[in-house]
Amino acid sequence: MGDLTDVSRRTFLKSTAVAGGALLIGFYLPAGRKALAAVEKTSAQFAPNAFLRIAPDNSITVIVKHLEMGQGVYTGLPMLVAEELEADWRQIKVESAPADVKLYANLAWGGTTQGTGGSTSLFNSWEQLRKAGAMARQMLIGAAAQRWKVDAKRLKAESGFVIDPKTGRRASYGSLAPAAAKLPAPMDVELKPAKEWKIIGQSLPRKDAVDKSTGRARFAQDIRLPGMLTALVVRPPRFGGKVKRFDATEAKAMPGVKTVVPIPQGVAVVAKDFWSAKKARDKLVVEWDDSAAETLSTDDLRKQYFELTKQPGTVARQQGEAASALSNSARRVEATFEFPYLAHAAMEPLNAVVRLTKNRCDIWAGSQQQTLDQAIAARIAGLKPEQVHIHTLIAGGSFGRHANPTSDYIAEAVAVAKATRSLGMPIHLAWTREDDMHGGYYRPMYVHAIEAGIDKDGNPVAWTHRIVGQSILAGTPFSGMIKNGVDATSVEGAANLPYAIPNLLVDLHTTQVGIPVLWWRSVGSTHTAFSTEVMIDELAQAAGKDPVEFRRALLKEQPRHLGVLELAAQKAGWGTPMPKGRARGVAVHESFRSYVAEVAEVTVHDDGTFKVDRVVCAVDCGVAVNPDVVRAQMESGIVFGLTAALHGAITLKDGHVEQSNFHDYPLLRINETPKIEVYIVPSEQNPTGVGEPGVPPIAPAVVNALRAATGKSVRQLPIRLES
Amino acid sequence: MIRIHVNGKEHRVAVEADTPLLWVLRDNLGLTGTKYGCGIALCGACTVQVNGEPVRSCVTPVSAVEGKRITTIEGLSVHGEHPVQKAWIALNVPQCGYCQSGQIMAAAALLAKTPKPTDAEIDTAMSGQLCRCGTYPRIRAAIKRAAGIEEA
Repeated sequence: MGDLTDVSRRTFLKSTAVAGGALLIGFYLPAGRKALAAVEKTSAQFAPNAFLRIAPDNSITVIVKHLEMGQGVYTGLPMLVAEELEADWRQIKVESAPADVKLYANLAWGGTTQGTGGSTSLFNSWEQLRKAGAMARQMLIGAAAQRWKVDAKRLKAESGFVIDPKTGRRASYGSLAPAAAKLPAPMDVELKPAKEWKIIGQSLPRKDAVDKSTGRARFAQDIRLPGMLTALVVRPPRFGGKVKRFDATEAKAMPGVKTVVPIPQGVAVVAKDFWSAKKARDKLVVEWDDSAAETLSTDDLRKQYFELTKQPGTVARQQGEAASALSNSARRVEATFEFPYLAHAAMEPLNAVVRLTKNRCDIWAGSQQQTLDQAIAARIAGLKPEQVHIHTLIAGGSFGRHANPTSDYIAEAVAVAKATRSLGMPIHLAWTREDDMHGGYYRPMYVHAIEAGIDKDGNPVAWTHRIVGQSILAGTPFSGMIKNGVDATSVEGAANLPYAIPNLLVDLHTTQVGIPVLWWRSVGSTHTAFSTEVMIDELAQAAGKDPVEFRRALLKEQPRHLGVLELAAQKAGWGTPMPKGRARGVAVHESFRSYVAEVAEVTVHDDGTFKVDRVVCAVDCGVAVNPDVVRAQMESGIVFGLTAALHGAITLKDGHVEQSNFHDYPLLRINETPKIEVYIVPSEQNPTGVGEPGVPPIAPAVVNALRAATGKSVRQLPIRLES
Repeated sequence: MIRIHVNGKEHRVAVEADTPLLWVLRDNLGLTGTKYGCGIALCGACTVQVNGEPVRSCVTPVSAVEGKRITTIEGLSVHGEHPVQKAWIALNVPQCGYCQSGQIMAAAALLAKTPKPTDAEIDTAMSGQLCRCGTYPRIRAAIKRAAGIEEA
C-alpha cells in the first residue's frame, strides 16, 4: 500500500471551467514541475482531464479510466465518487477516459501506464476517486455559501443538493456548477469515515445493466461509421510464419470487395461488410514462408518440460534447508502437475475500428492499455501519440487478452487503415472466432514438480516446488519486471506459499518457445493455486488429517487466509456426512491482495463421470464496495475456472493450433454449472480486486473433492478421471 | 432483393441469398444488438426469434426466413419492459453483456412456450447459449423471477 499513500501525498488538485459552465474536477499526479506544466497546458485546452463533470442539468458524469469488460468498473468506480460527492446515484452517468497517462495512469502500476489488469481498478482508485468527489463537494458547498452569504461550515451536501439546515434553503449541484467552477480548488479534503458511508457497501444496480439487457450497449463490433469498410486478415498458420506470395485474383472478383492488401501481419481483404469480406477471404490463395516459424508439437514440449523438472532451476524462494529436511522427513509425497495452453476466448472476438487521416487517427476499441495502444498505433501510422485518439468502449470480455505487448488487434487495424488510406474510409478490423482461437497470446503451458515431506506427527517439514514454462514478461515492454531471472508471474502463488513450512525451495525454468503467451484471468495463480492446493491436500491425506484442520494448523500466522477458510467451511457444512459417491473438497488462495476459499461438492457416477453440484465461496476483498458485484465476480471466476478445470486445452501439432471454435475448445454451459453461494468476510481494510481472485481455488477444490470421493489423485488439467 | 419482416417492419435488402440473417441484421439493417460469437451455431450470441422460435441467425440464410416474422432484441420491447428483461436488470445478470441479447431472446422464447419451466427445462433451453463471464446462476434465477417462480 506504500505506493498509494505516497501518491496521495503528492496529489494535486485543479479545477477548470469548461464550456457550458460545467464543473470539471480532476487531480493530477505530477512527477515534477515539468509534468505539472504539461498538465496545465492540457487543461487550458479543455482536454477531458478529470474524473467528474457536473452539468447545469444536474447530470453528473464520472470519467472512468479503466476498461469495463464485465467486472463492474462502470459501477464500482462511480460509487466512490458519488459517496464523497453526496450525489444521488441516479444522477450519475459514466464516460470512458481518453488515453492520457498524466491523468489516468494506473497508480498500482507505478503511474507510468494507463490500463486495466491485475484486479487493480478499485484498489488504485480508492483514494483518488473519493478525493475527486470530496473536493467537488467542498467547492459546491463553497459556491452555495457565496450565493447565500453564509459560512460554508453550516451547510451540508445531500443527494445532489447543498442544503442550509438553518433556513431550509436548497440549491442543486447543477445550479451551483458554474459558480463552483470559479472557486479555487481546495488543496486538501477530508474523507468520510466508514460509518457515514451511504453508497459504499450498497448493492447498487449496475450502471450498464439496462443497455446490456436491451441490445443498446455499444461494443467495438457495433460501431458503424459512414463509409466504414470491414477487413478480415488471413494470417500465417504457424506463429512466426510470413507471407511468401499471394494470389488475390479470385478474392478481388468477389462481390463487395474493395481491395486486398498485404500488411505486416498477413493479407487483408477489405470489403463493404463482414460477410463479403469473409467469403472473399476464403478465396484468397496464400503461400507461406515457414522458415522462421515455430513448428513444435505440445507433446514434444511436454517431454522437454518433464525433463527440466529433474534439473535445478533459478531460485524464486529459499528458506531453511529443503533438500536435507526432505531426506530426513518421515514420509514424502511427490507429484507432477500439468497445465495446457489456454485461450481467453472472450465472447466478443477481437476487433477494432480505425479512422486514419493525414494528421489524426481515431480508434474505437475495448482498449485495455490505452497508452500502449496509442503509442503502438502512432508508430504504425507515422503520427505522434497525441494525434492518436483512443475511444475506449466496453469490451465483450477480455480476461487479459486485450492487454498484450504488441496491441496485436489494434496494430492490425491501423496497418490495414494505413494500407488502404487511398480509399479514405474507416476500417473495421474483425477477427472470426477461428482467428481469435488461433491468435496466440495463450496462458502458457506449465509443468510443476512438487516434493514435500512430513514428520512423524504429520507436520510438513519440507517443500520443494519446481515450475517449468514460458515467461509472460520476457521480450515484452514489461520485461523490466523480471527480477533476478525470475518472472514473478510464473511463480506468484507458489513463491509466496502461505503455509508455515520451515524448509522451502521454489525454483523456475523459463523456457523459450515461439508461441506468444499472456496473462489469463488470475495469471500465475491459474496454475500455482492448483499445484499447491492439491499438494497440501495430498499431504493432509498422507498425514491422516482432515484437509481443513490440516490447513488451519499451517495458517495460524495468516488471519485472512484463515478467515475465508473458516467461513467457507462453515457455510458448506464441512465435516457433515455426504451420501455415497459424493464428497467435498476445499482450496484457499490469495491473489491480487484478495483472499478466497472455495468448497466444491461433487458427485461421481458409477461410469466415472462426475458433476460439480455446489460451490461455496468465501471472499475477503477488504471493504466490499458493491457486494452484489463482488458476488457476481466470484460466480464468474468460479465458472471461468471450472471451464479450465473441465474443458480447456489449446494444443499444437507441428506448429498448428489444433482447436478452432467452441466444438473443440468448449466453454462451460448452464447445464454444467453448479449452484454457487458466495459469502463476504466483513472487513475495514482498503478494497482489493475481485475480477480474478475467484478463479484460482475452484480447480483444486474440485480435484480435492474427486480424490475424497474416489481415492484417485488428479494432477493434470483439464481433469480426465479415466486416465 | 429479399423481403424480410423484422420487428414488425418490412425491409427489402439487396444481398446474396446465402447471406446469414445475422449479417443482414447487423450490416444492412443496423440492428447491432444481435451479436456474432462463433459463426457456426455453437454459442447462441446471435439468437433471434423466427415465428417465436429461437434461431441461430449466424447459420440461417436470409432466403430461408423470407415472409417469416423475425424478432430481435431491439423488437422484444420498446424500453426493456419485457418480463425477461426486467428480471435481467433487477438481478444484474449482465457482466460484459456481449452474449446477453441472445440469452434474453432464448429465455423469452422458452417462457412463451413454457411459462413455468423446471430447472431441467431451463438447462435444456439455455444450454446452447454460452456466457464466458459465467452469468449462468443469475440467468437461472432471472428466468424464474420472470416466470414468477419462487426460488427454493
